[in-house]
Amino acid sequence: MANPLEQFEITTVVPIRIAGIDASLTNAGVFMLIATAAVTVFMVAAVRPRSGSEVPGRWQAMAELAYEFVAGMVRENVGQEGRRFFPFIFSLFMFILFGNLIGLIPYSFTFTSHIIVTFAMAITVFIGVTLVGVFRHGLRFLGFFVPKGVPVVMYPLLVPIEILSYLSRPVSLSIRLFANMMAGHTMMKVFAGFVVPLGILGGWAPLAVDVALSGFELLVAFLQAYVFTVLTCLYLNDAIHLH
Amino acid sequence: MRIAIIAAGLAVAAGTASAQGLPQLDPTTYPPQLVWLAISFVLLYLMMSRIALPRVRQVLEDRDRRIDGNLRKAEALKADAEAAAAAYEQAMAAARASAQEVLREARSKAVAEAAARHAELGKKLEGEVAAAEARIAEAKREAIAGIRDVAIEVSSSVVARLMGDGVKPAAVAKAVDQTLKERT
Repeated sequence: MANPLEQFEITTVVPIRIAGIDASLTNAGVFMLIATAAVTVFMVAAVRPRSGSEVPGRWQAMAELAYEFVAGMVRENVGQEGRRFFPFIFSLFMFILFGNLIGLIPYSFTFTSHIIVTFAMAITVFIGVTLVGVFRHGLRFLGFFVPKGVPVVMYPLLVPIEILSYLSRPVSLSIRLFANMMAGHTMMKVFAGFVVPLGILGGWAPLAVDVALSGFELLVAFLQAYVFTVLTCLYLNDAIHLH
Repeated sequence: MRIAIIAAGLAVAAGTASAQGLPQLDPTTYPPQLVWLAISFVLLYLMMSRIALPRVRQVLEDRDRRIDGNLRKAEALKADAEAAAAAYEQAMAAARASAQEVLREARSKAVAEAAARHAELGKKLEGEVAAAEARIAEAKREAIAGIRDVAIEVSSSVVARLMGDGVKPAAVAKAVDQTLKERT
C-alpha cells in the first residue's frame, strides 16, 4: 500500500538560494502560484465592466457572488470600519478556498495541509489584528484583557487566562485548517490504497467511501476557508471595537 | 462525523508518521514555503485590491445605478400613464354628459314637434268634421226638400185618383208644407 503521507512530501522544482536562504520553488510554491493565478483569472477575466450587457454571465455571476459573500461577511462581522480590510480578507478567503479546492484534484498538492503555511497566515492575521487594535486604541487596547463585570480580586487569575486565550488564537486558527486538510486527504489516500488490493469484488467498498469523502472534502474545503476568514473577521472586530 | 474523520485521519497520519516522520514537520521545507507563500499572497493581494475588486465593485455599482434609474423611469412612466388614464376618464365623463344633454334636447324637441303636429292634426280633423257635418246638413236639407217634392207629387196623384182632375197644385203644396212643418 502506498504511503498515505507521501502526498504531503515537499519536492523541489526549481532550486533557488538567495543570501543563504533556501528559496527554492517547490511543489507547494507552484500550487500557491497556481491558486493566485486561478483566483486572479476568475475575478478579472470573468468580469467585464461596461460590457453593455446588464445580466452577468455564469462566471461573472460566480465572481460577483464571491465578492458579495465576503463583503457580506466583513459587513456583518466587522461593520463599516472593516471596509479598509476587505481586499485582504477577500484575498485570504479566496487563497485558502482555491488552495483547498485545487488540492482536491488528483495528483495536485494541497499547500493548506502544511502547518507552516497555515501558521504563517494565522500569525500574519494575529499580528495584523493586534497592530490594528494598538494603533486604534493605544494603551486602552490592554483593557481588552480585563474582563468586565468581574471583581478586581479575580484579575490576577482572569487576566492571564485572557492573555493566554488571546495568544492561542493563531495556534487554533492554523491547526484547525491544517488538521482538517491533512486528515481529509490522508483518509482519502488510505481508502484509495485499498481499492486495488481488494480486487474487482471487494474494491468497490473503499471506492464508494472515497466518492463520499470527495463530496465531503468539497464541503470541508469551503467550510474551512469560511471558518478561517470569519474568525479573522471576528478578531478584527474585537480589535476595532474592543467588545 | 467531521471530528471523527479528522481524528481517524490524524491517527493514521500519526501512525505512519512515527515510522517515517510527518513531512509537515520537516523544518528544512519551511523557508521555501514561506518565501513562496509571501510572494504569491502579496501578488494575489495586489491583483485583488488594485484590479479585480475595484472592477467588480464598479460593475455592481453600475448595475445598481442602472436598476435604480430604470425603476425611477418606470415610476415616472407609470405616473404619466395614470395621468393619461385620468384625462381619458375626464374626457369620457364630459362626452357622456354632453351626449346626455344632446339627447335631452332632442327628446324635448321631438316632444314639442309631436305636440305641435298633434294640435295641427286635431285642427285639421276638426275642420274636416265641421265640413262633413255641413255636408250632412246640406244632404239632409236636400233630402228633406226632395221629400217635399215627392210628397207633393204623391199627394197630387192620390188626390187626382180619388177626386179626379182639377186639383190645384198650389193647394196641395200648401197642405204638404203644413204637414211637413207639423211633423218636423
